[in-house]
Amino acid sequence: MRPAYVVRRIGFYVLICAITLFFAVPMLWIASAPFDASPGLGVHWPDWTLENVRKTLDHPYAMHSMVNSLLICVTTAVAVTAFAALASYALSRVRIPGRDALLYGLLLLSSVVTGTAAMVPIFVMMYQLGLIDSRFGVALVMTGGLLPAAIFILKDFVDAVPKSYEESARVFGASTGQILRDVVLPVARPGLATIMVWAFVNSWGNFLVPFLLIRSIEKQPGAVLMQTLTDEGGSVNLQVLPVFSLLFSIPVVVLYLLVNSRYGFRFHGGIKS
Amino acid sequence: MAGIDIEGLATVYPNGVRAVDGLDLHVADGEFFALLGPSGCGKTTLLRTIAGLEPASEGTVRIDATDVTRTEPGKRGVAMVFQDYALFPHMSVSENITYPLKVRRVAAATRADVASRTAGELSLDGLLERKPGQLSGGQQQRVALARAIASEGKVLLLDEPLSNLDARLRLEARTFLKKLQRDLGITTVFVTHDQAEALALADRIAVMDSGKLRQLGSPREVFARPANTFVANFIGSTPMNLLPGKVTTDGAVTVAGGSLPATTSSTPTDAEVTVGIRPEYLTLSTGDVAGPALRGEVVVAENLGTQSLVSVDCAGTLIGVTVPEETEPSPGTPVVLTAPASRVLLYTQDTGELLTSTDRTVGARS
Repeated sequence: MRPAYVVRRIGFYVLICAITLFFAVPMLWIASAPFDASPGLGVHWPDWTLENVRKTLDHPYAMHSMVNSLLICVTTAVAVTAFAALASYALSRVRIPGRDALLYGLLLLSSVVTGTAAMVPIFVMMYQLGLIDSRFGVALVMTGGLLPAAIFILKDFVDAVPKSYEESARVFGASTGQILRDVVLPVARPGLATIMVWAFVNSWGNFLVPFLLIRSIEKQPGAVLMQTLTDEGGSVNLQVLPVFSLLFSIPVVVLYLLVNSRYGFRFHGGIKS
Repeated sequence: MAGIDIEGLATVYPNGVRAVDGLDLHVADGEFFALLGPSGCGKTTLLRTIAGLEPASEGTVRIDATDVTRTEPGKRGVAMVFQDYALFPHMSVSENITYPLKVRRVAAATRADVASRTAGELSLDGLLERKPGQLSGGQQQRVALARAIASEGKVLLLDEPLSNLDARLRLEARTFLKKLQRDLGITTVFVTHDQAEALALADRIAVMDSGKLRQLGSPREVFARPANTFVANFIGSTPMNLLPGKVTTDGAVTVAGGSLPATTSSTPTDAEVTVGIRPEYLTLSTGDVAGPALRGEVVVAENLGTQSLVSVDCAGTLIGVTVPEETEPSPGTPVVLTAPASRVLLYTQDTGELLTSTDRTVGARS
């Protein structure tokens, strides 16, 4: 082996190690800090204790915010999946002039809807509708923001359902509703599962919408509460925050693993029979 | 049981293509009817129009004497098997077979009964709990048939029923299908591009081209007396010889440097015609013969199993003739070809239509 080659390999592995470390440190912190008697901002071998967990459970708003998060995200995920299923089926099967332009347009604008740019008009709109400080209102805005991309992804799954399946059901006398329920949706199930998880994860981590639309602290979801986890002096509450972060990440991981083992998490259509 | 009546039917696609173009057709009760033609001839569109999956642009479709032209597919009393079988991948065989009953909200117990009975008829016992993905191609086809039968339609429509099977299985399935249709006695229309399949299965064949009916008749009629050169070309595993010729006075046609006997009573003398003769109906001999005949030299012989297709060069024109196995003359042998007058068909040169002689019924055998 030539020395230049060895040097290059060593350099390569050092770089890989640095990058790995960069991503590993936060993970190590979230695994160790919750169970450390004196949690800090650095990573060190913990002095094992469950005191932090008890403190978090006793926190007046921590557990409550998790329930709020679940409420908002389940509503959003279910609404996005239901509406996206209906819309993508219609868009996949009905010939409308300019259909693709419409889809791309929606997709482009969706990033504006939940994005920062449209926050003022959305706030005004929700204010007029009397949906300020409402968890339902937050779910509604996030559903609106996620729908275009969800329709776009799901349409691919619905496109992959052979037309002959539907025609066959039609000849046997099935109504459009029966065809959708008995044939199209079951066949597109991997897509529906993917969209549901994707919508859940997106709304779970969304900070801006609930931050702007929810006033009372007892209605705030986890993503917003996390930044208010401070002690009396105003500095970060390092006993509650690590445990809260760990709890906050669990639903997303569990949901992903569940869907992945059942359907395979994927963003394209096609049928495995 | 029911017949199908089609009158002046046209199906026009939004892009202006007339896939079915003014068709009149009657399918009798209990008949096994084939729609045959090259791809793009409109046969599948016709089948789908009968099913109601394509809207008819003109004309009427009647099933069992009821006008169903504007009726929803599910209310026409038709059952259909699709080319890809369209079995629902998430349902078991039993659920697939009884789906038509589930749509009609038939009780689960009755459905289970129907599933096991129909599966028995189609030798699918023991497969009821499987998913379609776990079945062979032949089994999938039988499940699709079982589902169609379980739906108790008055008319069975099959779109290319055998095309998704491999060659050996296809013959098996063909026999099975014909026996099944006989046993059930259900009016059946099937679409195929394979002339051998149509000849083997059907009671009657409609040969289609460009959305129009080119010939309607029994397999025997369509094979022995094609109504035009299009059908003549399309039917038969060895292509029909179609040669330019001229009618002479003495009940014969001159063709390829020789002559053949023909029924020329309805044709003016000296008329330019296209002479059609199937290789199977030509007789090859090495000695000399009396009467009209073609003389030529053997060019090549192709083995077809029990017979061989011999190409004979007659005055520069290649003519195909089949001979029994092991009687093939070697290339270069001078031979004589003869045929009975009833097998020599005359077509007009411009339109390619058969010049029918008045003194004979269509399809009569010599």
